[in-house]
Amino acid sequence: MTDPVWVKSERQQERERIRRSQGLRGASVAATSAILFVVLVVVVVLNAPGWPRVQDTFFDPEIFVASLPAVAEGFLINIKIFLIAEPLILIVGLLVAVIRTSTSPALFPIRALATAYVDLFRGIPTLLVIYMVGFGLPALKLQGIPNDLVTLGVIALTLTYGAYVAEVIKSGIESIHPSQVASARSLGLSRGKTLRFVVLPQAARRVVVPLLNDFVALQKETSLVSTLGLLEAVRQAQIMAAKHFDFTPYLVASMLFVLLTIPLARYTDRLAAKARRRQGS
Amino acid sequence: MSVLTIHGLWKSFGDNVVLRGIDLEVEQHEVVSLIGASGSGKSTLLRCVNLLETPDDGTIHLDGEEITDPRVDVDAVRKRFGTVFQAFNLFPHMTVLDNITLAPRQVHRVSRAEAEESAHELLRRFGLADKAKAYPDQLSGGQQQRVAIIRAMAVKPRVMLLDEVTSALDPELVVEVLAVIRELKESGMTMVLTTHEMSFCRDISDTVCFLDGGVLLEKGPPEKIFTEPDHDRTRAFLRSVLESGRF
Repeated sequence: MTDPVWVKSERQQERERIRRSQGLRGASVAATSAILFVVLVVVVVLNAPGWPRVQDTFFDPEIFVASLPAVAEGFLINIKIFLIAEPLILIVGLLVAVIRTSTSPALFPIRALATAYVDLFRGIPTLLVIYMVGFGLPALKLQGIPNDLVTLGVIALTLTYGAYVAEVIKSGIESIHPSQVASARSLGLSRGKTLRFVVLPQAARRVVVPLLNDFVALQKETSLVSTLGLLEAVRQAQIMAAKHFDFTPYLVASMLFVLLTIPLARYTDRLAAKARRRQGS
Repeated sequence: MSVLTIHGLWKSFGDNVVLRGIDLEVEQHEVVSLIGASGSGKSTLLRCVNLLETPDDGTIHLDGEEITDPRVDVDAVRKRFGTVFQAFNLFPHMTVLDNITLAPRQVHRVSRAEAEESAHELLRRFGLADKAKAYPDQLSGGQQQRVAIIRAMAVKPRVMLLDEVTSALDPELVVEVLAVIRELKESGMTMVLTTHEMSFCRDISDTVCFLDGGVLLEKGPPEKIFTEPDHDRTRAFLRSVLESGRF
């Protein structure tokens, strides 16, 4: 007996023809409607009675060019704060999450402390934490307390976001099915090794997307440190706006923040899609 | 002296009394099967033996040492059991090879090279040599369960505990897993298993125990239990299994 050989049937060829033409029609409909929509929006906006004033206030090309260097220079500080705070937040979050999911009676006081930390710093508005750390800590005049604004900003943001991230990681740890733990413990792995080799690696994969979401939020919240008087992007934009009596510098700062966020957001999307594909298979 | 001695074991979950004073001895190289309806306490008994559940009363001795003593090092006890679960419970983020070598390396302090060497040997022996680098979700159910058995064997356990290892498998995959267990028996492994595969149970067991409502109602060689059991309950259970076509 020979193996069956597939000769594409006429019905199948016709089906593929229909699908191709449907696909083509779909694409052309999408293109046409997109072009029409853009033209419509542009025409409406440009002919709106207030447009010249809006353009003047927010989109003044000269002020845009003039304020870009200062705002961009300030923005480097935002990036610096973000880059230092992020790994610290991960460490704090992981530590607090592991403590909060522990069951050992000896750890009870530390567990209570971790819970209190999360309750407090998730509840206090970030701005207040920044005030208390930024103005309060140096006012103590204790030895060893930094008075560098970037360091103080990083401490404040780490305190607040460490609590958020701890909860995200904790929910990831708790989402791992108990049978995985039972299986690891049956092999003789201790609690600690079960956590390290079996639970955390799986939890990490699950929390990557919500974690990156928190980091996107962190990127823009670095601007709150401006309230301490740090000359970062938002502060520089404020100064420029006051100088030119125009809001275009704010647009410049916004644009820089968005440009920083988009790559991370797309990367998050891609990771999420990848995780979905793995789950679906 | 018997390898495993269970005496007067009681266990309940809330108001639900699952085990009512179980006595059981397992000799070296012996294969003991636990049969009985769902909820009769078979799985709970196994989970008590490797200390995943804490018994309410009674004792379990492994090689003469009481493992139900609260002061006992639980991890050290579990090292001496190889447990295989109904749902395989492989670690999804690790390759087959890493699944197998994790415990030897982390618990028994075997070097990576040595652990991988013996893992490869086990994989070859059970026809999975080409799957070492695969992830669990790339394997069929039967292959996953064979890997789970290899993983449990890799720590050279004193006793293997197999809990319904074929229940989650399609019928045509059951055969390959049963073949592995058969080979384990031939290698002299002491095993306690729960199963619904009666013909397999009859074939492989030295001793069959019938559990009913948390009581070890009847115990004996398979020829006796399957042909002339002492108790009507045993007969009724076997008849219902026969009627469901699982014999």
